[in-house]
Amino acid sequence: MKTSKVIVAFILTLSLLSLPSLGFQSDELLVDDEEFGLEGAPQTRSPESIPTRSPPVVTPTKKRHSDLDSDSKIQFSLDHAFGDSGFAPAGTFSARLKTWSHGGQTLTKLRFSRNNFTDEEKQKFKNLLESDDFYRMRLPSNVLSPPGRDFIISSVKARCLPREGLDEHFVIHMEGTNVLAVNYGSPGSCPYPRILKLPAKWSFNSHTVLKSSDQAPRAPVFTEEILGVGGENGEGEVVQPPERSFWAKYWMYLIPLGLIVMNAITQAMNLPEEQATGQGPAQGQPSAGAVQRGPGSAVRRR
Amino acid sequence: MAIRHQQYIGKVKQAMFHTQKTGRKRVVVSTEENVLASLDLRHGEIFWRHVLGPNDVIDGIDALGKYAVTLSSGGSILRAWNLPDGQMVWESSLQGPKHSKSLLLTNFKIEKDNVALVFSNGRLHAVSGIDGEVLWKKDFEAESLEVQKIIQPPGSDLVYVVGFGASSQFEVFQINARNGQLLKHESAPISGGFSGEVSLVSSETLVALDSTGSNLITISFHDGKISFQQTPISNLVEESFGPAVLVPSSVAGIFAIKVNAITIFIRVTGEGKLEVVEKITNETAVSDALSISEGQQAFAFVQHAGSEIHLTVKMAHDWDVNLLKERIRMDQPRGLVSKVFINNYVRTDRSHGFRALIVMEDHSLLLLQQGEIVWSREDGLASIIDVTTAELPVEKDGVSVAKVEHNLFEWLKGHLLKLKGTLMLASPEDIAAIQSIRLKSSEKSKMTRDHNGFRKLLIVLTSAKKLFALHTGDGHIVWSHLLQSLHKSEVCQQPIGLNLYQWQVPHHHAMDENPSVLVVGRCGPSLDAPGVLSFVDAYTGKELSSSSPVHSVAQVIPLPFTDSTEQRLHLLIDADQHAHLYPTTPEALGIFQREFSNIYWYSVEDDNSIIKGHALKSKCTGEAVDEFCFDTRELWSIVFPSESENIIATVTRKLNEVVHTQAKVIADHDVMYKYISRNALFVATVAPKASGEIGSVTPEESWLVAYVIDTVTGRILHRVTHHGSQGPVQAVFSENWVVYHYFNLRAHRYEMSVIEIYDQSRADNKDVLKLVLGKHNLTSPVSSYSRPEIITKSQSYFFPHSVKAIAVTSTAKGITSKQLLIGTIGDQVLALDKRFLDPRRSVNPTQAEKEEGIIPLTDSLPIIPQSYVTHALRVEGLRGIVTVPAKLESTTLVFAHGVDLFLTQLAPSRTYDSLTEDFSYALLLITIVALVAAIFVTWIWSERKELQEKWR
Repeated sequence: MKTSKVIVAFILTLSLLSLPSLGFQSDELLVDDEEFGLEGAPQTRSPESIPTRSPPVVTPTKKRHSDLDSDSKIQFSLDHAFGDSGFAPAGTFSARLKTWSHGGQTLTKLRFSRNNFTDEEKQKFKNLLESDDFYRMRLPSNVLSPPGRDFIISSVKARCLPREGLDEHFVIHMEGTNVLAVNYGSPGSCPYPRILKLPAKWSFNSHTVLKSSDQAPRAPVFTEEILGVGGENGEGEVVQPPERSFWAKYWMYLIPLGLIVMNAITQAMNLPEEQATGQGPAQGQPSAGAVQRGPGSAVRRR
Repeated sequence: MAIRHQQYIGKVKQAMFHTQKTGRKRVVVSTEENVLASLDLRHGEIFWRHVLGPNDVIDGIDALGKYAVTLSSGGSILRAWNLPDGQMVWESSLQGPKHSKSLLLTNFKIEKDNVALVFSNGRLHAVSGIDGEVLWKKDFEAESLEVQKIIQPPGSDLVYVVGFGASSQFEVFQINARNGQLLKHESAPISGGFSGEVSLVSSETLVALDSTGSNLITISFHDGKISFQQTPISNLVEESFGPAVLVPSSVAGIFAIKVNAITIFIRVTGEGKLEVVEKITNETAVSDALSISEGQQAFAFVQHAGSEIHLTVKMAHDWDVNLLKERIRMDQPRGLVSKVFINNYVRTDRSHGFRALIVMEDHSLLLLQQGEIVWSREDGLASIIDVTTAELPVEKDGVSVAKVEHNLFEWLKGHLLKLKGTLMLASPEDIAAIQSIRLKSSEKSKMTRDHNGFRKLLIVLTSAKKLFALHTGDGHIVWSHLLQSLHKSEVCQQPIGLNLYQWQVPHHHAMDENPSVLVVGRCGPSLDAPGVLSFVDAYTGKELSSSSPVHSVAQVIPLPFTDSTEQRLHLLIDADQHAHLYPTTPEALGIFQREFSNIYWYSVEDDNSIIKGHALKSKCTGEAVDEFCFDTRELWSIVFPSESENIIATVTRKLNEVVHTQAKVIADHDVMYKYISRNALFVATVAPKASGEIGSVTPEESWLVAYVIDTVTGRILHRVTHHGSQGPVQAVFSENWVVYHYFNLRAHRYEMSVIEIYDQSRADNKDVLKLVLGKHNLTSPVSSYSRPEIITKSQSYFFPHSVKAIAVTSTAKGITSKQLLIGTIGDQVLALDKRFLDPRRSVNPTQAEKEEGIIPLTDSLPIIPQSYVTHALRVEGLRGIVTVPAKLESTTLVFAHGVDLFLTQLAPSRTYDSLTEDFSYALLLITIVALVAAIFVTWIWSERKELQEKWR
């Protein structure tokens, strides 16, 4: 845990360090990464779903530029479909379109107003629940000139949505004024096998997150000095072939050798000892003594 | 460790025989793979070889004095090569004002200097053969001229440049070959227009076809005067219908046309009169002319007759005389002859002998001489499209005995040979035979499964639509088969092979069946062309069954289900988004219906930059009842804004990858859970401007965005932008990580990045008490519809090479640590430990992290010369790297293919589960024996001592 904190801190510092050199664009991207809740249905946001993420660091930057940038309000609609039926309006997103001094346009302050299900739609949704079918969502791929190149579609098994009411969670991936993708689903888990459960209240509890791309961490650039050292260390560790020590390589030969040597030593120690005690005079010519002993013992055996 | 390296050259485009009278008989060839090679005429071995880059297409080769010259890169580079050793002598760059056809002519001399005349890029150059200096050049820029031929009448200083100008003008330029001066320019309009090639029948006569292809035009331009003569083909051939095609050749007085697959040889007599000399109904290939003596030309043609081919060599001026007529039996079906090159030699009886080099439909190269195939090269293997593997049969008792009895004679012969060898009586041929027998009987090339799983069959599909089975033991070809179902036919005009799939892998039941593979092909390059399926037995290469052109095939999805005979279920998606189930059996349908709602797939529209997710809907509602056809529906879509992002790479995990553990224990004894999903897709997009070559954009205008997408719900799991970076992107996805390679314009260097994805939803399972009480969610099924709680870690490093391909090692159980296999620009394969691409690397790792194996962070990835898997070898034209797990957990087989093939075994963590090959068993035995001896000696010794003690 500690290490991951260190890494996170490291990455943070790196990204902070890199911020000034990137100019305003990076600021802008960070601004986007806000989480907005929704309203729509009479129900208010449940307390635990209140977005906790906020970009306090960036706020001053935003203010600094607000006088330069012009805002305008835009709206785009969300369509839904039950199973394979056609798409029908389900709600509208409204947002502020910010035009930055450098020409880029982004959306902020996204609001979502969700239409309630009509009785007919409720019936259709019940059918979906029963057949475990898909509930589908559709957004234009460009918010300024809908539908843009094509519609963005997302689907979820209808049985994932009902809880107390109907909980839904949108993640909208943006690139300027283009919508790349929308991920639609339940805010929590949707365990398999999905069980049939009718919602207690036919009202939507919507959460919306607007996301744009993160900056990649840069490749670490070291100064010459550190590079030299670091490189050497790295290389050293690598080049150093996991060379086994002499002992690790040859232990199977060394142990028996050691045993033999030890054996021989004890023998050699014993030999003089015994000669010193047994045949005192013959000392100095042990071999001769042995030779003499040989025939002698043979004779005795006979 | 066993290494297999095989060298190929590819399909031969042009061949040029040495005319030297020295004993060395060689032929220089240029190929479709842009290889220039010198082959031995006796054995077909490669003497030397040069692989020019993929963008350096060879337009022509010819002999220039004692050098071979090649014209390449659209006629802008002329190189001379020394014949004996293949050294480049000089290189000359020929620039011109506009792009045009490139022509090469070399039989011209200026004062002992051989001069090459090159027409390329709208300019005629004369290049000195000594040093490649451009002697003179002449522009043909002003005229909208489509040059067809440059002609150099023998024994004169003139060069004719002939071609078609605007509004069907025929133009002749007469040029002084010594200084490039334009002497005369004549042009004449022709009413019918021209089409296609022209055929040169003499130095001042051409034959062309008019634009309808039904009239032959004889053009003569004697002394600058142009005269035409039109002859309707129907006058020559009664039953002619349909347009004719001129067969490119340059034989004096004779040319050939093809009408409805009939080849007609026509002689031009005197004043442009045409006369049919022979009609051949079989498929035929014609060679160029070969001058055998003063003023005499010979040429050859080959025709098919069943499994035989007939080679005929005729004199150009006398059709009735056959210099040679041979029938050659083909050893195996190789399709049609696509090219013939002839060469003559003087026989022992001083008469003319001819040998022919023929290129077959399967890209193999054969040398024919005296009615036999002297040698053959399987050069189709230089263009592999797809690779799959098959296990060898299990060794059964009795089989080997039967084989021995069957080949009793050969067995005896083999022993006799061996006896000869030991008695030193063997001739060189005998020794070669003994060696081949030894190779055959050796462990490595056995046709049965081995304990370690090193012996397998690699089944490869080549662009010539031929299947080969290669043995991983020694790399020999076990069988090869030219696919009949992918043969060109009426219904299937331009068949191409697409992919190979393991169709049937006998496993637990159905052990008696042979494994089989599915070959998917298509009739034509467009996506909606009808598809062709073929099922091939992996042991014998026999085509078990095949389907005639069916629905189109846009995508093939192997499903994770098999039927009772272990046939894998495959879903084929056609261009109209209908899904077709294979095999078409009721049993497969039953299995499929059970999983009907759990099948998802995605499609990528590259040119449109849209990714879509699909699921099945219902049975097809077409007019024809087909219970194996299903309608589909679109579930999700991701539309990349066309003005800012283009898809350049998509990568998924390998289907058969095995992951050993889901958890990763990190340094402080904490556990991280890998996010392992079969449905993750890596997508890389770049700014449209940055799609070009590296350096064509400024860093401000280019960016690269990396995505990880769940393909069931279309959820973007991770999205990250690399500013100032551009493609080409090479990527590999394995377990929970993806590694990708791209170019960083700001740093002017290549970079590699890693993204690792961890699952946070399982992080609560660390509590031991919970585990004991069973209150964990480790066994609950994972659903893509749950909102994923994931964290990603990523890091980037500089990498000094550009990369052609990346793969990752795969082992049987996934325990062994992984290595990345990187195909470098130098056509080598580099093994890089995945540890170097660990996003948790930091500058100063703690002691605990060091113990875990984390390497201190460096800004670039090290390239250790010892970690080149290919050692000193090069896999020329490297295109792909395939890894196959062996049964032994520590080892994986690596197969790299390009123009060359390379196969080796790799143990990323060294062979911890077996002794290495160089382990000295002898030393171990000696040690044991010595130990036992020592024990005895000391035992006797001590016995004796004890005895003495007792006597005392």
